[in-house]
Amino acid sequence: MTSLLAVLIDGSIYASWLFLVAAGLTVIYGVMRILNMAHGSFYAIGAYSAASLVGWYFNNGVGPAWISYLLLVGAALVAGLIVGVIVERGLLRLMYGRDEILMVIITYALLLILEDTMKIVWGVSPYFAYQPYSELGRTSLGLLKVSNYDLALVGVSALLGLGLWAWLERTNQGKVLRAMIHDREISVAMGVNVRLMFTITFVLGTTLGALAGALTAPAISVVPGIGIEVIVLAFAVVVIGGLGSIGGAAVGALLVGLSRAAAVHYAPEFELFVIYGVMSLVLAFRPEGLFGRTLARKI
Amino acid sequence: MRFDKTEISLAAVAIACVLFGFVSPGWLIFLMTIAFAKALVVQGVVMQMRSGLVSFGQGLFYCIGGYTVGMGGQFFGIHDAIAALALGVLVAIVVAMILGLLLTRYRDIFFAMLSLAFSMILFGILVKSQSLGSTDGFNVHNWTVFGWAPEVGAGSQQTVFTMTVLSGLVIAVLIHRYTKAGIGVICEAIRENEVRVEYLGLSPRWVLYGNYVAAASVSALGGGLTALATGHVDPEMAYWTTSGEFIFIALLGGLGHVAAPFIAAIVFSVVRTYAIEFVPHTWQMILGFTLLGVIVFLPKGLWSLVSREKSGERA
Repeated sequence: MTSLLAVLIDGSIYASWLFLVAAGLTVIYGVMRILNMAHGSFYAIGAYSAASLVGWYFNNGVGPAWISYLLLVGAALVAGLIVGVIVERGLLRLMYGRDEILMVIITYALLLILEDTMKIVWGVSPYFAYQPYSELGRTSLGLLKVSNYDLALVGVSALLGLGLWAWLERTNQGKVLRAMIHDREISVAMGVNVRLMFTITFVLGTTLGALAGALTAPAISVVPGIGIEVIVLAFAVVVIGGLGSIGGAAVGALLVGLSRAAAVHYAPEFELFVIYGVMSLVLAFRPEGLFGRTLARKI
Repeated sequence: MRFDKTEISLAAVAIACVLFGFVSPGWLIFLMTIAFAKALVVQGVVMQMRSGLVSFGQGLFYCIGGYTVGMGGQFFGIHDAIAALALGVLVAIVVAMILGLLLTRYRDIFFAMLSLAFSMILFGILVKSQSLGSTDGFNVHNWTVFGWAPEVGAGSQQTVFTMTVLSGLVIAVLIHRYTKAGIGVICEAIRENEVRVEYLGLSPRWVLYGNYVAAASVSALGGGLTALATGHVDPEMAYWTTSGEFIFIALLGGLGHVAAPFIAAIVFSVVRTYAIEFVPHTWQMILGFTLLGVIVFLPKGLWSLVSREKSGERA
């Protein structure tokens, strides 16, 4: 019984983390049809900026702890904004209209560049920002002790998902975006500024990635390569849910999160295997993912 | 059997390489062995690119080839290098025949992601297998060729190099003929327009299936040779960044000619050797910028530099 509870709790914590990571990826793909391999690097940049800022804040000693949470989020927003604008305006804008698969390779090149840029900026030694994590303490749920920070992460992730959904479904800008997702050419003809919407979407996606990294930073040690590990997990999640669907990403995250937690508790050898196993299984039966749209074939 | 101009020049280069192997220093032989072995894996990527599919998981077969050679010697008493390589290719073919049934239903990014997922599954399994050395992998040594055991060090290096060059030659000639033959031409037609190929009464899916299995076997051979050359295998071979490297080499060379992956692999190895020595933290950055440069300025790869010159002469 306890282990089942543990699976559920671990699973939802992991799922909410996965959703945070995958949300930006799926938004960018949905609107721009770019499967962004560099998303993991945005995650890592967010983690590095947050960890170095929060680390600096606590090393200098003065001030209440709650400010560190603001710094965490602020660092992610600023980093995501800067990197997003630079990458979209400086690189991707020149590449639009190429094959989807070529865009994957272009973002792969971007990932390689960003990985080393991070090494140059932050060096190769690990960064720690554990204070926001330990500061919140732990809660006992039955026999289990769960970190409050992790529980808060579940809440943040749910809020973020709701916010994204409300933005897409309830605002004018969201409506325009949905129109673009359905038919880009018609929306251009109707006077939508596609270039501007692309920039907004990409920067939003980047910021979401950086935010995911920043929120994860207190729970891990930030080292080179974290982005590369994360990106394939995020891929699995969005592919399961159906590329470009926010709801799909949430369901995919839950599916992967719970099955990984179950694997960790009952059959640890299969931890990594399970994630991609679930993905292959879903794709075998629903090639477009759970919530993906089937496209008609064109000659 | 008649040989055309390309095949004769390939053979000439291969013989020159083997002879060169007897006089050149060890580090150069090693570098070229790795480059040629990798080029074989890249040939598998290129074969699929010609049909319009980009595999982000070719490391799967690279790893299968390497691990089978290693495990053959370690656990099953297969010490003959040729037999072990053949076994690796066989295992890869069997795996590809099973995975191909699923994978050939997908195109574009879905094919890329699913192939990536399969190689990551293998990575996940290997990392968790204690008996196979987990993340450290294990060493591959004590192999023989037809009962003859080359002396450890320079002798075995020399032998692997010769084997790599010769199998590279055989594979290159086979692939050259394959791309000129019916199925190879259909592969390109599928890339251009799959639905029309179907209208012609062909089944793109089965053509792609055959192509996938063939590509897997070539890549596994490359993996096996790498294992023999480095004397070591580890799960990193199946990690997706390894597959990314193969895509890089494939794009660098281009799809224009069967020799292109070999040339690109040598360029790649040489640049990497020096980059890691002189600018260790910017190696990936160099790769990234080169990749962007190739995509923008040389969309047909390095080979287009050679072929452009030729067509200029004719005009």
